[in-house]
Amino acid sequence: MSRRRQELTLTIAGPVLLLLLWELLSRTEIINPIYWPAPTALWPTAIDMFQNRDLLGDIRISMWRILAGFVIGTVPGVMIGLAMGLFWPVRVFLMPLATAIYAVPKIAILPLAIIAFGIGELSKIMIVAISIFFLIALSTMSGVLAIDTQFRDVASNLGASRWQMFLTVALPGSLPAIFTGMRLALGFALIVIVGTEFLAASKGIGYVIWQNYQILRIREMFVGLIITGLLGWLMNLVLDLVERVVVPWRNT
Amino acid sequence: MSRTYANNQAETKANPIAGACVVARNITKVFSSPGGVITACKDVNLSAAPGEFVVIVGPSGCGKSTLLRMMAGLDSPTSGTLQVDSPNGKRPTNSMVFHGRTLFPWLSLRSNVAYGMQMHGKSRRARLDRADELLDLVGLGDFRNAWPHQVSEGMRQRTSLARALAIDPQLLLMDEPFGALDEQTRYILQEELLRIWDNTGKTVIFVTHSIEEALLLGDRIVVMTARPGTIADDIVVPFPRPRSLTTIRSHAEFGPLFDRIWSRLRDEVERGGAFR
Ligand SMILES: Nc1ncnc2c1ncn2[C@@H]1O[C@H](COP(=O)(O)OP(=O)(O)OP(=O)(O)O)[C@@H](O)[C@H]1O
Ligand SMILES: [Mg+2]
Repeated sequence: MSRRRQELTLTIAGPVLLLLLWELLSRTEIINPIYWPAPTALWPTAIDMFQNRDLLGDIRISMWRILAGFVIGTVPGVMIGLAMGLFWPVRVFLMPLATAIYAVPKIAILPLAIIAFGIGELSKIMIVAISIFFLIALSTMSGVLAIDTQFRDVASNLGASRWQMFLTVALPGSLPAIFTGMRLALGFALIVIVGTEFLAASKGIGYVIWQNYQILRIREMFVGLIITGLLGWLMNLVLDLVERVVVPWRNT
Repeated sequence: MSRTYANNQAETKANPIAGACVVARNITKVFSSPGGVITACKDVNLSAAPGEFVVIVGPSGCGKSTLLRMMAGLDSPTSGTLQVDSPNGKRPTNSMVFHGRTLFPWLSLRSNVAYGMQMHGKSRRARLDRADELLDLVGLGDFRNAWPHQVSEGMRQRTSLARALAIDPQLLLMDEPFGALDEQTRYILQEELLRIWDNTGKTVIFVTHSIEEALLLGDRIVVMTARPGTIADDIVVPFPRPRSLTTIRSHAEFGPLFDRIWSRLRDEVERGGAFR
């Protein structure tokens, strides 16, 4: 078997084995099927939710919140991170702030976000943006700092201006680290948006999970959970593809 | 695999701007770090006339790379004066072939070679054409679209040479450029470098650890002492040009010069304490 097929087999084997075990335990009632419905029993529930309860709308709105927050947090995060990496005064000035805020559990700022941005969509997008901002900034900064100083010497020896240095050395040199940061940020964003939708939303995948839990519709809750997992997986996949295009020298 | 190296007609066509003139007077460079103060080189007097090929040899850590970096304008002397003048009165241009892995990993070989021309505002067409020419010259025409990590160390080093030549500098600073190459490639590139130098009149300052390479390439050989580096010897190489390893080895002065440089270096390496 080729390496590639081995990888594919192993990738699929994990989830499949887990589902099989779960199915088996639930069917044999070793675990209580009321609280742990078998995966195959969830299927009709999922179809029903898509057809009659606008599950797609919930997915869409959660995706939108994540995506918008992701962009709003990543773009300035990268810029600040580059500045922190390139200019030591900026780094020294922002470092205590960044590390302190980075350590706060993100969901804890939800009340503040609501006070600042209202109860509507903006606060949900902004809380995602704020939660990933420092993560992106810090990983971008470490990416810049890890660039071999020889590259700077070569560039300036060949006539690069400060601005050209920024565009042709600092930016491409830190791209791998930026992507590492974005991969972590994606996880953060998902956690934060589900948590936010638990507490302060009337639509979205987190809302679906929490709402159904409260009225003990366990199957519906499980559908929401599985979809959340699939979303995380899918977004990572998309990020991998983007990385392959943007950082081609890394993936060959 | 047989390598073909294109002849360098491109070089003869290029506008032969004469080389830069370098004069260093009493250069001292001190590095201070939390760990202490290191005097890399001390009272170095060194000059290179326009078009001259000067080779620097010296024990490890004696400040050779530091000197080149200062000539390149990447660092400045702690004291002393360093003057690099262009023969045409404009700002002198230099480029450096660094040792180690200094190709940008995020650029293809071709874009690496074109980089300096891009910084100098040349059109895309012009710089890609020139990059391809130079890659052919160093025998890498088939690898222009490869990433640096996909080619061998020797190929990377040849690309660095092409990159430095691409901006057609008046002063070419080379820091052990052929140290990591296999012997055959080294011979070919030494010949190629001599031909380019001969055709363009660039001033070259070349650091090497190989005495034979120094004798093959240099008009003059500057021998440095152990750290803090000073000039221990400044030797005019009498071999006629064009040179090849065979012709210089059979020259009556080869043995005596080799011995003179080697005994100097051996004293310095021993004084430097590395082998005591
Ligand atoms: N940026 C720096 N900061 C502190 N010390 C430095 C720095 N650069 C060089 N040095 C010191 O200066 C001395 C000379 O270094 P340099 O690299 O010029 O030596 P070299 O002659 O090129 O040696 P080699 O033949 O091994 O390349 C060394 O002792 C080195 O530790
Ligand atoms: Mg050196």
